[in-house]
This record gives sequence, structure tokens and C-alpha cells, in this order.
Amino acid sequence: MAYSLFDIAGPVMIGPSSSHTAGAVKIGQFARAVFDKTPSKVTFYMHGSFATVSAGHATDKALMAGIMKFKTSDPQIKNALNIAKKLGIAYKFAKTDLGPEFHPNTVKIVLEAPGKKSMEVIGSSIGGGSARIVKINDFDVDIKAIAGKYKYLVISHSNDSAVLTEVLQKITKFDKYYIAGIQSAHIDNHSLTILNLEGRDLSLKQVLELAKVKGVEFVRSLTKLD
Amino acid sequence: MKRFVFHTGAELLRLAEKYKMPISEIALNYEQGVSEKTEKEVIAKMKRNLDVMREAVKSGLRLNKKSFSGMSGGNAGKMLKYAGSKSKKITSKALLKAMAYAIACGETNAQMGRIVAFPTAGASGVIPAAVLSVSEELKLSDEKIMKGLFTASAIGLIIAENATLAGAYGGCQAEIGSASAMAAAAITEMRGGTPKQCLDAASLSLKNMLGLTCDPIAGLVEVPCVKRNAMGVTNAFSGSEIALAGIESFVTFDDVVEAMKTTGEMMPSALRETALGGLALTPTGCRIRAKIGLPPIKSAH
Repeated sequence: MAYSLFDIAGPVMIGPSSSHTAGAVKIGQFARAVFDKTPSKVTFYMHGSFATVSAGHATDKALMAGIMKFKTSDPQIKNALNIAKKLGIAYKFAKTDLGPEFHPNTVKIVLEAPGKKSMEVIGSSIGGGSARIVKINDFDVDIKAIAGKYKYLVISHSNDSAVLTEVLQKITKFDKYYIAGIQSAHIDNHSLTILNLEGRDLSLKQVLELAKVKGVEFVRSLTKLD
Repeated sequence: MKRFVFHTGAELLRLAEKYKMPISEIALNYEQGVSEKTEKEVIAKMKRNLDVMREAVKSGLRLNKKSFSGMSGGNAGKMLKYAGSKSKKITSKALLKAMAYAIACGETNAQMGRIVAFPTAGASGVIPAAVLSVSEELKLSDEKIMKGLFTASAIGLIIAENATLAGAYGGCQAEIGSASAMAAAAITEMRGGTPKQCLDAASLSLKNMLGLTCDPIAGLVEVPCVKRNAMGVTNAFSGSEIALAGIESFVTFDDVVEAMKTTGEMMPSALRETALGGLALTPTGCRIRAKIGLPPIKSAH
């Protein structure tokens, strides 16, 4: 995927660190968007330099700010932990070692909410405020949280090619959408498929239509984050 | 309309020479292709960056309180005052002001103020300092500054694609080093240099930063980061002057970027933003660690 100049010249952000503050906000935003609900409890497992130097970079506040959908340029990031307390979001930070295959700036986020299956998202902050999501619920994915023309659809469904085919057919019937990339991961009889779409943002109605396909557990539409 | 695409310095230079355009115009055209936005929209977005940069410099110059760690804050004003004082200096006023602006951005960033991560937050002072000071010295319009910002972005994009901009991967050569190369190309174009001279200025500046460690005390983006932004802009000024003197970089820009990448890969992780080596490991570094309540560094070697 081609870089935008504004991946370099930007983001406009609250300091002090693009990797440890802005990139962390984006990983939080992503986790929140995939979970699709304000969590009641969030646990952050900090890996590598996220574990060792996070306090001084306000990485903890930044991750929590992202979970609450703050932008990277929001001056309220510095108060994110207090705001979370006021909103009744319980949070915990723990150190972990996810293994050498993970980027040094990585966090595993576990989101929980009553009446909802908990979700696990692993994201890495890869420099300059860009982030990459590498795992969702144990499924290997590769989603870049950087500006650009791409949009992502995250589809959780049963491992049955007919299900995915029906989803793809529906998308091609929508006006002005192109599927620029597709990645699928399977565990047992369950699959997680990520589609890169080009074109306009999908409407909520269109997303709901895709979610109705038999065998689909959920569909999340992720547009660019700032 | 034809859309330009480039991934290397050689490709960028070929386009600029073939179409007789400055690097900034190639970059502006590239972005329209990638983002599917109009020229006006792309320029407006860059203008927002310029506005934030100016504000970051201004608020940094006014900052008179120390950061939480006590390591930074209040130095930008001191530097600007010196720049305007009657005492004899050995460098130009433009450079002295640039140093003050660079420290100002760094101090704004360290205290959770708003900056443009260009290319990163820790290195966010170099480019604004260079373009703002040069534009004041040469009385250049905002339009000219924007050209500098587009040129800097093009250089940064090539580094991001072929090496890295992250201190955790490449050390500080990837952050202040890249910013310095980007700033050198920016001001070289603003001063009327050719695309080749812009790339030479970038190469010269980046070469001088190879191997630079990322060793922040207590992991905070303060020491050496804030003042290193001033050193980075000084290095950019030198690169620009050498290139405009007609001296070429013996090593091509793409080769220098490659060298930066391999050098980063050879650097131990203690010197790549983990705050476990270099300045962070000195008695001063360890004292600050203890002061802010971090556990001591177990010997990383």
C-alpha cells in the first residue's frame, strides 16, 4: 500500500512521542472500533518498549484515550485515565513478553463488556504515529492504521467459502466499491476475513446488510483514524 | 492528468529532471494520486500542519515551567534572547533563531502540547525550525514555506519506504537524522537549489547522523531529544550550505538511506529507544530514573 505524504507530515498530535503516544492512541481507537462498544473493563498487556518506557510517554493515557475514541490531537489525552474512571471503565496495565516476533512497541488489549464476548486485539506502533493491528482474537491479521484511501471490513464468520462468497457478492452489488485486498485466517471452523475496500465509506445500512448473511458472526467497518 | 509515483531518490530525481519541476511539485502531484484529493485539499491539509507548527514554536518560546521530570522547559526563550542580544556570535542570526525554534517545539512536545509529528514527535522541532527561520531571514511567503514542507515530506517518504523513521528500529539516526535530511532538502529548495542539490543536502545531513543512538534518559522524550532538535537543524543548515556551494554528496541518497537501515539493524536494542544504554545508563540518567520512580537498569550487557 502506498504511503500518503501525511503519514510523514503528521499526525497533528499531543506529545511527547509519536510511537508511544499517537501510535498508542490509534491502537486504542482500533480496538474500540473492532469491539464496537464502550468496554466496562480493559486490560492492557504491554510488550517491549511499551512495557519499559510507557510511563514517561503517557502510553497508558494514550491507549485509554483511544479506547474512548479521542483523536491523537485531543488535549484531553493527558486526563484520559481520570475520564475513564468517571465513565466507569475499569482498566489495568500489566507487563508481558509476547515473544521476539512482535515489534518492540506492542500491546495486547483485552476488552470486556457485560453480555458480550470479550475480545483480544494486538497492535504495534510502527513509528511516526502509524500503527498496525496484527492479531484479533488469535487470528493473524495485518491492518495498517494509517491515513489513506483504504477502508477495512473485519468479518467474523464460519469457515465456509459459501458464506464469504455471499458477502463478497453483496459488496460488488454496492455502488462504487472495489475490493483491493483480502486476507483470511482460520481457526478450527471459524474464520476472520479482512477486506480492504476502495471507494466511499460504507453506510451503516450496508454494514448491517452484510452482517445478516447466514454464518456471519459480526462485521465491523473501519475507516481511517486520526 | 499524469500522476507521479516514486519510491527512491533516483526515481524522484528522474521525475523532477524529466518534467523540469521542483521536488515539491512532484510530491504535491503524488499526494493527489494517492489520496484522490484535489490540489486545493492537499495544500489546505499541509497548511494546517504549518499553522500547528507555528503555534508549537510560539507556545514553546513562552513556556517557563519545567517538565514533570525537571529535565526540560524554559530553554527556548533563553536561546531566542541570546539570538537577539548584542554579544558577539559566531553563527548567523538565522541559525540561532532556528535553534531556539527547535528547542521550543521540543519543549512543547515534552509537556504534552500539540505538535506535528514530522516525521516523529521526538524530532518534531527540526523541520519547523528550519523552514520558519529561513523564511523570516529571506522574507519568503507562506507559499514558499509550503513548498519546503512538501519537499521534506517526499524525502521522509523515501526514508520510510526504504528504511525506517522509528527510533525503536533505527535509533535516533532514523528520527532526528531523518528530520535533518528532510529539513536540509526543504530549505535548499526554498533557497532556490535544484532537485539534485536538495537530494545532496539530504544525503550530506543524513550521513552525518549515521549511528546516532536513541538513548533517552528515563525513556522520556527530553534529554537528549529536545536540544538534539537544535543540533539537528544546525546539521540541516550545514548540509544545505555545502550543497549550494556546489559540492555533491559522493554517496547517493538511496545508498545513504540503505546505510541508515543496515546501521540500525546492527545497533543493539539498548541503544534503540529502550532507555537502557548510552546517556540513559550514565549516573545522571540513573539518578533521574530513580527520581521519577522507575526501577534501576539491570546491566543490559
